[in-house]
Amino acid sequence: MDETIILGLESSCDETAAAIVRADKTILANRVAGQEEEHRPYGGVVPEVAARAHAERLAPMVEAALADANLRLADIDAIAATAGPGLIGGVMVGLVTGKALAVATGKPLIAVNHLEGHALSPRLVGDVPFPYLLLLVSGGHCQLLRVEGVGAYRRLGTTIDDAAGEAFDKVAKLLGLGYPGGPAVERWARRGDPCRFDLPRPLKGTAEPHFSFAGLKSAVLREAGKLGTPDDTDKADLCASFQAAVVDSILDRTRRALDLAPDVTALVVAGGVAANSAIRAGLEALANRQGLPFIAPPGWLCTDNAAMIAWAGLERFRLGLTDGLDAPARARWPLDPNAARAPGAGVKA
Amino acid sequence: MSRHSLALPDLEAARRFGAALAPVLAAGDVIALSGDLGAGKTTLARAVLAALGLDEEAPSPTFTIVQTYDAPPLRLPVWHVDLYRLETPEDAVELGLDEAAGDAALLIEWPERLGDLMPPDRLWLTLTPTVDGGRRLTVDAPGAWDKRLASLFPVAE
Repeated sequence: MDETIILGLESSCDETAAAIVRADKTILANRVAGQEEEHRPYGGVVPEVAARAHAERLAPMVEAALADANLRLADIDAIAATAGPGLIGGVMVGLVTGKALAVATGKPLIAVNHLEGHALSPRLVGDVPFPYLLLLVSGGHCQLLRVEGVGAYRRLGTTIDDAAGEAFDKVAKLLGLGYPGGPAVERWARRGDPCRFDLPRPLKGTAEPHFSFAGLKSAVLREAGKLGTPDDTDKADLCASFQAAVVDSILDRTRRALDLAPDVTALVVAGGVAANSAIRAGLEALANRQGLPFIAPPGWLCTDNAAMIAWAGLERFRLGLTDGLDAPARARWPLDPNAARAPGAGVKA
Repeated sequence: MSRHSLALPDLEAARRFGAALAPVLAAGDVIALSGDLGAGKTTLARAVLAALGLDEEAPSPTFTIVQTYDAPPLRLPVWHVDLYRLETPEDAVELGLDEAAGDAALLIEWPERLGDLMPPDRLWLTLTPTVDGGRRLTVDAPGAWDKRLASLFPVAE
């Protein structure tokens, strides 16, 4: 039996995390120090922009993870560290720590693409054979990918401007709903009328399953501006109308992607926005209609974490895909380097 | 200090302005991109990046706060920064913006977050939506920029 044990490190954005995963899918340790719970009592959004903050946290976190797993560093078979994409200072901290641990232990390094961590995460908690269709929705990304194998992705669509999570956060901010924005908008939307405001569904019906959320965000801003000082009913209705537009767009685009990838075995959603229950319910109904299993990893595996990095590292390690100590930290690192550039993205939005 | 104003009726106009600004940029420049949510700051930044030679997608920097671009493939290194998620100017210091300004050009969205830490010789661009769906671009330029901006604004207003 494969008893390979991988240590995973994640520090590509707000979260500092370390986890230990065994090949039989046992998560031996899973530590995440997020900024969210730490800062919410103070009412602010204070991302860990400082590489220094990641650096201070990561080494103690590795020690704590080893203690949780009741293991010594020598028991680890390989070190997997996020090497991008993300905030480059943070990425460097995790990658350099991973390299140092690899040198100290004489074990291989695996430089993991953070997005591959999300993409393979459903396989850590279930049996999901390739190929599957993945909707990756988070604060920084919104993509539809045909996951063909480890390291093999075909991007069918992506956002041409903002990520979905960014739109949620900005709508929450402009309505003064507090942080984190996604859950706040979802909470308010429950009490609102999704039909009151006629908001756009950008790109709906277009052939390529790309996304656009900037125009929707601006439309919410305009409606809020017309209201002057929105009262609670206005806010709930705006949230409900906004969320309905997002769900509508996502379902339309995902349906289109399924047309383009008819051979997939499942519809999978991952990333922080996958926690939104309206989006989940919509996707589940869509999958049912198409006769496909719908798979959504649990919330703790959807938001940024190191267990998914350790798992992606393990999948790569099993295929002999290890990296040299010269592996670079990368601010941008597309899963599908051959994807045609999305219309607008990087040029205009 | 000079002030210029320009109508950007559509995306193509924003792209043209980005393409005109890009050739006069140099390492060490700080370009502030000011404006409300949805004003078109990221769009304008993308236009500048494309004109500087970026041949890939430029993600919104809101989530990662900074997107760094190397030269080559760009004509000069650029940090595309979005301070939206920051609360205090001190957070920006932690980002290392002052060090980056030595050898990169900085495109900074939500520049107000920098407070007094914003260098005085920055070029300040403000985008304001107009009733017809376009944008009004206002350019506030310290004297040091006058010569370079002459190609963009031949007759100072």
